[in-house]
Amino acid sequence: MEIKVLGPGCKNCITLNRIAHEVVEKMGISATFEKIEDYAAIASYGVMSTPALVVNGKLVMSGRVPTPRHLQEVLENLHSETSESATKLM
Amino acid sequence: MGVMQVSVGRRSSSRNWVELIGILLSWYLLYWVNDKFWDRLFFKVMNLNKNSKFSNSIRFFFYDSTKIVLLLVGITFVVTIFRSFITIERTQAFLGGKRKGVGNVISASAGVVTPFCSCSAVPVFIGFLNSGIPIGITLSFLIASPLVNEIAVGLLFTMFGWKIAALYAGSGLAIAIVAGLILGAMNAEKWVEPFVFAKAMNKQNGFAPILLTLEDRTRMGVEEARAILKKIWPFLLAGIAIGALIHGWAPTAFFAKYASASNPFAVLIAVLIGIPLYSNAAGVMPLVQVLHDKGLPMGTLLAFMMAVVALSLPEMILLKKVLKIRLLLIYVGIVGIGIIFVGYLFNAIL
Repeated sequence: MEIKVLGPGCKNCITLNRIAHEVVEKMGISATFEKIEDYAAIASYGVMSTPALVVNGKLVMSGRVPTPRHLQEVLENLHSETSESATKLM
Repeated sequence: MGVMQVSVGRRSSSRNWVELIGILLSWYLLYWVNDKFWDRLFFKVMNLNKNSKFSNSIRFFFYDSTKIVLLLVGITFVVTIFRSFITIERTQAFLGGKRKGVGNVISASAGVVTPFCSCSAVPVFIGFLNSGIPIGITLSFLIASPLVNEIAVGLLFTMFGWKIAALYAGSGLAIAIVAGLILGAMNAEKWVEPFVFAKAMNKQNGFAPILLTLEDRTRMGVEEARAILKKIWPFLLAGIAIGALIHGWAPTAFFAKYASASNPFAVLIAVLIGIPLYSNAAGVMPLVQVLHDKGLPMGTLLAFMMAVVALSLPEMILLKKVLKIRLLLIYVGIVGIGIIFVGYLFNAIL
């Protein structure tokens, strides 16, 4: 799973980054993290509401900080989607 | 496993409605029971003298603090749900092609209702300019957004009535419109860092819009209400401390003497104190309420609140990355003068 957190580094973005790390660790899945803080880079993604979360190249959340439980549900859904398409057994 | 997870993520819509109505009803119950609870605790359980001025002021203080926290949380929740129907992308598309003047009025109004966190100010600024929205109209939007906070409008309305709420919203909009017009007329584009224009927003990387369900909207309301609770406590504590201090040592006459409308420096000092403080308008409300109870005039308080939200040091540091220092100073100057003017105006007419 490829996870990108987009945000200039304000409190909300830091919180989202932390929650994402915690959730991934709790789920025990492998994921790569990237934090995109540069304004030009954020703009090139076409995102205006930060913090934003991009998973496997898809914008999942924008302009909000989810609760860890909610983020886990979202990531689990995405994870099962990708593992089904890859016909991998979990 | 996959099936189970999907059902966790997307519940039936009737359950979502039940949840939403449940939240609203529990809030109403808490609000209703607030007065009775403190009454019972102090006069029945703790058996304080009901006729003593001291125990009555303690009871009122607890009742009043709880009330403002409940109002803040409730209004935040409702406003967030309504606001979740408006996105910054929609606003951007809507503002495209609007002319100066009318465009400033529309964009300032859009700034009030469009949700975004203050650290999104720079991405929004880049996005708007790159989609061809003039800088004056973009700045009207960015100034109005923190300055006129609809949660603060709701709180002012419930606490002080529609007149104060309307004056706050109207004057905040006026500052944003006028400041945007002036900066637009100065061709402020020349003071924007060149990379903003050089790296035009890459539309091919644009994402599909996120579809929100009722469950998502309710959740966002809860998230926002929680966030505001975390943000409010320094101001709540400051309000409590100042309230206690005034009660103990500084009589209301002290404020009447030094901070009343007749002191010509009161508004200026309030604005200067407000700049290094940073919160959103709703977070400052408990402090505003305490100070108002102690006799500070509304104009001074609104100026203080506006300075806290619109002129904040952390935001200036963020904006510095896209605006040259000259534009930043002009921006602070125009907005600051506007706020001070509003403070004196309200002290004079209220």
